[in-house]
Amino acid sequence: MKTETHHHQFETPSVIGTILRKLHIDIPLFICLFLAALISFIILYSAGSQDMGVLNRQAARIGLAFFLMTALAHIDPYQFKRYSALLFSIGIVLLLAVLIMGEIGKGAQRWLDLGFFRFQPSEMIKITTPMMIAWYLSEHPLPPRPKQLFIASILILVPTLLIAKQPDLGTAILVASSGAGVLFFAGLSWWYITGILGSLAALTPILWHFMHDYQRDRVRIFLNPEADPLGRGYHIIQSKIAIGSGGIYGKGWLGSTQSELDFLPESSTDFIFAVFAEEFGLFGCSGLLVLYLLIITRCLYIASQARDTYCRLLAGSLAFTFFVYVFVNIGMVIGVLPVVGVPLPLISYGGTSIVTLLSGFGILMSIHTHKKFLHR
Amino acid sequence: MSRFHSIKDTQLENNLFLNRIIAAFIAIMLLTSGLIIRLIHLQIAGHEHYASLAKDNSIKIYPIVPTRGMIYDRHGNILAENTPSYSLEIIPEKTTDIDDTLLRLQKLLNIPDEKIDLYQKQRKRQKRFTSTPLLLSMSDEEIAKFAVNRPFFSGVDIRQRLVRHYPYNELTAHVVGYVGRINEAELKTLPMAEYQGSTHVGKLGIESSYETELHGKTGYAEIETNVQARPLNTLNETDAVQGANLYLTLDIDLQKTAYDALGAFNGAVVAIDIKTGGVLTFVSRPSFDPNPFIAGIASDAYQALQSSENQPLYNRALRGLYPPGSTLKPFVALAGLEHNTVTAAQRFFCPGYFQLPGVEHQYRCWKKTGHDWVNLNKAITESCDVYFYQLASKLGIDDMHNFLQKFGFGEKTGIDLAGEKTGLLPSREWKFEQKKQSWYPGETLITGIGQGSNQVTPLQLARATATLANKGVVVTPFLVNKIISATETRPGPEVHKDIIALKQKNVDSIVAAMVDVVNSERGTANDLKKDVNYLIAGKTGTAQVRGIKQNAKYDENAIEFKYRDHALFIAFAPADDPKIAVAVIAENGGHGGSIAAPIAAKVIKQYLKDTNEN
Repeated sequence: MKTETHHHQFETPSVIGTILRKLHIDIPLFICLFLAALISFIILYSAGSQDMGVLNRQAARIGLAFFLMTALAHIDPYQFKRYSALLFSIGIVLLLAVLIMGEIGKGAQRWLDLGFFRFQPSEMIKITTPMMIAWYLSEHPLPPRPKQLFIASILILVPTLLIAKQPDLGTAILVASSGAGVLFFAGLSWWYITGILGSLAALTPILWHFMHDYQRDRVRIFLNPEADPLGRGYHIIQSKIAIGSGGIYGKGWLGSTQSELDFLPESSTDFIFAVFAEEFGLFGCSGLLVLYLLIITRCLYIASQARDTYCRLLAGSLAFTFFVYVFVNIGMVIGVLPVVGVPLPLISYGGTSIVTLLSGFGILMSIHTHKKFLHR
Repeated sequence: MSRFHSIKDTQLENNLFLNRIIAAFIAIMLLTSGLIIRLIHLQIAGHEHYASLAKDNSIKIYPIVPTRGMIYDRHGNILAENTPSYSLEIIPEKTTDIDDTLLRLQKLLNIPDEKIDLYQKQRKRQKRFTSTPLLLSMSDEEIAKFAVNRPFFSGVDIRQRLVRHYPYNELTAHVVGYVGRINEAELKTLPMAEYQGSTHVGKLGIESSYETELHGKTGYAEIETNVQARPLNTLNETDAVQGANLYLTLDIDLQKTAYDALGAFNGAVVAIDIKTGGVLTFVSRPSFDPNPFIAGIASDAYQALQSSENQPLYNRALRGLYPPGSTLKPFVALAGLEHNTVTAAQRFFCPGYFQLPGVEHQYRCWKKTGHDWVNLNKAITESCDVYFYQLASKLGIDDMHNFLQKFGFGEKTGIDLAGEKTGLLPSREWKFEQKKQSWYPGETLITGIGQGSNQVTPLQLARATATLANKGVVVTPFLVNKIISATETRPGPEVHKDIIALKQKNVDSIVAAMVDVVNSERGTANDLKKDVNYLIAGKTGTAQVRGIKQNAKYDENAIEFKYRDHALFIAFAPADDPKIAVAVIAENGGHGGSIAAPIAAKVIKQYLKDTNEN
């Protein structure tokens, strides 16, 4: 098996291009991610009441995340494939550890306190689950047979349920969709897909039974926000007022009255899109969505060009999960989905999610820049 | 086999994958279009509607603050009420410049900085259109001063509010507690929606432990207003649910009697209704007036309270830790009888001291000349230490510890007040855990007379006494008897029920001895038997504040007041049909019999007189 490749000679030589290729960075993706980080700073400055401390902390996290992304881009995808099962197992063990002895933060058990920092195993699982499923399925002929489908479902359900139990519904949905993404790209038949979606709908009442009270409240209030205008319904009402009042052109940067006057809760984290929409209007929102679509399209392109089945499945799933991220967050802020704790990717304040996201993009860059020219 | 198969299908896999990529791309585009359509719906079609909502917030949600529940004693006397008072309030939205307004108000009315800070914090968590009080309970002078200058302060007004008031002042401070302005730490823990209009929260005592019941449920009104925040129209209204009224088991007259009887001594008096566990008096002296805490006590006044040597803010009845001294003896004696270590008739000789075999150290009896031959009755009546050294030494620390624990020593009583202390009942395990040392036989002796590491709260002592009077049916003290809300009347806390298996004969021996403490000529509290027509069973106690050297002599007059012994007394009455149990601790009182016992007698007498009349 040939491991290292000589792809330089196939592309047009230029000084910057050579350097970037040596760094294993995908330029279009990098530019889009950089733009998103810039937007994050601009909107956080406004939503965080112009607090430089917020920006500094976010800058430190984004710096770390970009560093990690570059580091992962250097690793040959073969290594990811090789260690998929091991990393996945470690993630599951850590999740169990969190459940057993994790400390309580915000009423939920999500962290492992390692003394010098807090580690959230569910973040790691977001990446290792699609790695695991992609590895497992790529070892067998595609499309997957019922037996492989069954085992893959178990492999998805275990981390999903462990995270849902923490309880962290938002992350559980992301993990489940990252696994489901792999199955989809592996060619799961449309009959199965329809069947699964149908049985999910049928399972809703059972799911309801297992939900925590606060999760049920969120769904109830999503269905009828006006029922609780002082409490939880308040978020959605105020969020809609903020977005609607932004109009086509928005109120301009730093012009958000809703977050400024503290009408809008969680304005720096999960509800940051409402501030963005209020300040930059429909044009700004469309621009942001286009930026997201560019990122996703590039990722799907990378997937289509990937060198083997494992890389294809993993790349496709990472792209798909990124979209789920965007869709669930914006859907919740504009009131078409219930409120689950999912941040707006690359924009919301908060460290762990941005580090995981950029790690994912690091893997995608690795897939794209370590191509082997095998027989086609 | 399968590998071969998979290689063969590479082309098929490629095509399949490309198809899926295209399908995913289409789905993503469709869903994104959905988001954009919704955004168009909100931002173009709904723009005018939402813009007007945002601009003058034409619909505002005003909290309707519930009235805090009242607190009554067992006879319906008001212990905590809400009285109207005038407060200076500001609606930030209506002022031209809030910081300037505050600065000018501060100059005009001499408002201390901390009240301004408190106001600023409170303001930030409330909506700009809600009226937030700056000053509560304004004096006539302040009202007059502001009234003259009113035109220069837009958005500032005098309003009438209901303010908490405690008519019995320092008499109930340690039981009822008080409410105070919500502080920053509480902001983080209190449910935001429920406390949107509330300015106060229970800080201590019943006010704190029954906060949820007393506070009630905040209602809200959706009101349409114009740009100047002037209400135009009420769209929707949900009434507040008023806070529940609490009826305590406390008897305020009895409380006053106990408080006055304690006189100049620091200490505590706890009386419990034996049949129910209801606490009748709960006195901790010195006390403080809770009323200034409501509007925010001035910092120098607070400093004075906190640095006072007598510690008036400390709840001695709940949190004071004292060596039980000889008041522990009836329980130790009962342990001896129950474990068949001694019989009631068995005698020991008291030469005035006791020595462990092979040890030179003399454990002294309080009576230097000794008690001669002593049986159980005499040991309790005259409080002979040597008898209990012998008994404790034979019984051993393990049996003694386990038996005393059943009476609640070394454990919280579970009363419905927060912050109760556990006390300490020494044991082998405790010593090993705390000091990494093994247990010494000498420690068993001093534990047996209630000294050494023993620590009890007055509440624990009263509870143990009530449990003894109740013949082993454990009494759990509580304060809230009834909770009456708008919708229902429910009883107070559910009390823990437990029974200690005791032999009737043994209990009778102890009770008889305790009756003799009061009624026999030689009893240590025999002054009490005058002018009562029922039997009181009691036990005196003295707790050393400072140890005395082996050959030194304790001379009460030569010793500084604060190092004098604490005087203790436990009692219940009537001895044949017990109704009330009392524990008294008078700090530095010197003698249980002469100082603490009469206080208990006064409480018992008044209570029995009242119950017989009704």
